[in-house]
Amino acid sequence: MQIEVKNIYKSFKDVHAVQGISFVIPAGEFVALLGPNGAGKTTTVEMMEGLRKPDSGEIRIQGKTWQKNEKELRKIIGLSLQETRFPEKLTCRETLRLFASFFELGSERVDEVIELTDLGSKAKSLVGTLSGGQRQRLALAVSLLNRPEILFLDEPTTGLDPHSRLDLWNILKTLKDEGNTTLILTTHYMEEAESLCDRIIIIDEGKILKEGRLEDLLNENARNLDELFIQLTGGKKLLENISIV
Amino acid sequence: MKSFKNKQLYQLTLTQILETIREPEVLFWGIIFPVLISIGLGLAFTQDSEAKFRIVIVENSPARLDSLLSVYALTETEKQGEVHIWKITDDALGNTEFRFLRNDWNTGIVSLKRGEADLLISDSLGAIHYHFDPHNSQSQLAYLKLSTLLESPVPLQQNSSTGVEPLKLKGVRYIDFLVPGLIAFGIMGSMMWGVSYTLIERRSQKLLRRMVATPMKKTNFIFAMMFVRILMNFIEAVIIFFAAALLFGIEIQGNIGALIFLFLAGNIAFTGIAVLVSCRTSKTEVGTGWINAVQMPMMILSGIFFSYHNFPSWSIPFIKLLPLTALTDGMRSIFNEGAGWMEILSPSIALSAFGFICFAIGMKLFKWY
Repeated sequence: MQIEVKNIYKSFKDVHAVQGISFVIPAGEFVALLGPNGAGKTTTVEMMEGLRKPDSGEIRIQGKTWQKNEKELRKIIGLSLQETRFPEKLTCRETLRLFASFFELGSERVDEVIELTDLGSKAKSLVGTLSGGQRQRLALAVSLLNRPEILFLDEPTTGLDPHSRLDLWNILKTLKDEGNTTLILTTHYMEEAESLCDRIIIIDEGKILKEGRLEDLLNENARNLDELFIQLTGGKKLLENISIV
Repeated sequence: MKSFKNKQLYQLTLTQILETIREPEVLFWGIIFPVLISIGLGLAFTQDSEAKFRIVIVENSPARLDSLLSVYALTETEKQGEVHIWKITDDALGNTEFRFLRNDWNTGIVSLKRGEADLLISDSLGAIHYHFDPHNSQSQLAYLKLSTLLESPVPLQQNSSTGVEPLKLKGVRYIDFLVPGLIAFGIMGSMMWGVSYTLIERRSQKLLRRMVATPMKKTNFIFAMMFVRILMNFIEAVIIFFAAALLFGIEIQGNIGALIFLFLAGNIAFTGIAVLVSCRTSKTEVGTGWINAVQMPMMILSGIFFSYHNFPSWSIPFIKLLPLTALTDGMRSIFNEGAGWMEILSPSIALSAFGFICFAIGMKLFKWY
C-alpha cells in the first residue's frame, strides 16, 4: 500500500475538522477527496503531507511515518497547496531552478517539467505577470520536479476558467497514463473527480460519507454525483456548496 | 557531477539577490535612503559654525541693554518685527550671534514654550532679569554668555577667550560621533526590516510552508537571506563612509580588519534578533509592532544621535547591555579612538553569541506553517 490512513482525528480550538477518517490507497491509484468547503479535505491532505500532526490516529506512507522518516518522505512526495504565492519578482524558470535545487536537481529536469506543463512560452516571464491558470501550472510544475511517487494536489483548479481547467486535467491524464504516480486530489468539482480519478472518497463534516469507484457509488436513486451527494446528506446541503462544472 | 549552481544555498542566495534588485524600492529604502539621511544629518549638524541664541525682551527694555544694542547690534526688520542682531567673533569659541526681539510677556512665554526663544529678559528697577528654564542647557548657555557679554562688552568682542585652546583633532567633531552610529543604526534597521519583514511576508504567502514541504535545509534559507542583507549593509556602510569622508573628512583611525569583524558580529546579532522577532506571527501588522518595539528603545537609548551619558547614571549599565550600544560604541572606538582587535574582541564575541542564542531560540520556536 502506498498510503494507509487509520482513524485520524484533528481539532482546532472548537472546530472538529477531521473526526475519524480511514482509508488505504494502492500504488498508482488516482483518488479524489470530494466535499464542500470546510468538509475537512485540506486538513486531511495536510496531515498526509506531514504538514500537520493528527491529534490521534496513524498515517503511513509506503509503510513509513512522518515522525521517523520525514527526510525520506519529503523526497518522494510532491504537493501543491491550496494557495501558495510564489515570489512575484522571479521568473518561472528561476522559481523552478530554486525548487529543483532543494531536490539536488539541475536545469535538465527544470526543462522537462516546463515542457510537461506547457510553460515554455512563460519560462522567462515574472511570476507576477502570470494568469491564474499559469500560476496553477507553475505550482504543478514545482510539485512534479522530483518525479514524485505520490502527488498531493489541494484544489488545483479552484478559480480557474474551464479552458485552464481542461489544460490542467490533460497534464494529469498524461501522468496517469505513465502510471508511476499515485495522486490524491481534493476538489469540490464533481466533474474533476469523475474524469480524473479511479476512486472517490466523499467527505463532509470531517467524516467519510461514502467511498468507492464511481460506478459502484451510483444506483437508481443517485444517477450522478450530485444526486448521490443530496442523497447522502439528506438533501440538507443541496448544491449550495457544491459547484458543478 | 553536481554543479554548484544546483546547490540550495547558491540558488537561495541568487533568488534573494534577484528579488532585491528587481524591486527598485527595496534598493531605495535599503541603501539610498539611509545614505541620504546620514548626509542630511551630517550637513545639518556641522554646517552651523556659529552659535545662535534667540532672546525676547519683554515689557520694559533695560536701559543699559538698549544703549549697548544701539552701539553693537544691527537692526533688521523681519516677519516678527524689529530684530537686533549682535554678532561676536571669537576664534577660539566660535562665533556667537544674539538675536533680540521685543514682545509682551505672554507672547514671550509662548515662544519660550515653542523653543523659538532661549531666554526672556526684563527690566526691574534698572537691573536686568533673565527668565529661563535652568534645566535647559541651551538657555543656560545663552544666559552665561549674554550676562558675561553685558558685563564687559568690549573685551569679549575682541576675543577674550584666553586660555582656551580649540581641539582640531580628528574624531572629536559631532560628525565623527554621528557617522559610526549611523552605520550601526543602518545594520539594525536593515536586518530588522529586511529579515523579519520578509520572513513574516513569506509566511503569510504560504511560501515558507511550500518550501519546507521539500527537502530544503531550513538554515540554508535563513543564511541566504542573511548573506544578501550583509552584502547590502556592507555596500550601504561603504557609501556612507565615503560620502562622509568626502564631505566632512571622516577617517578610520583604528584597525580596518577589526572594524569588519565587528561589523559582521553586529550583523549576526541583529539577524538573530530579527529571526526571533519574526518566528511566530504571520501578520505583517503584528510583525511591524514587534520590530518597532525592539528598534525604538535602542534607537533612543543607544546613543546614535546623542550620547547616552545624558541619561540618569543608574540606567547607563543597562544601556550598555543593549546590542546596538555595544555595536555603536565599538564602531566609534575604531573610527575615533584608534581602537584595534584587543578593544573590540569582547564586544564582537558578545554580539555574535547573543545573535546565535536569539537565532537558536528563534529557530526552535519558528513556525514554518
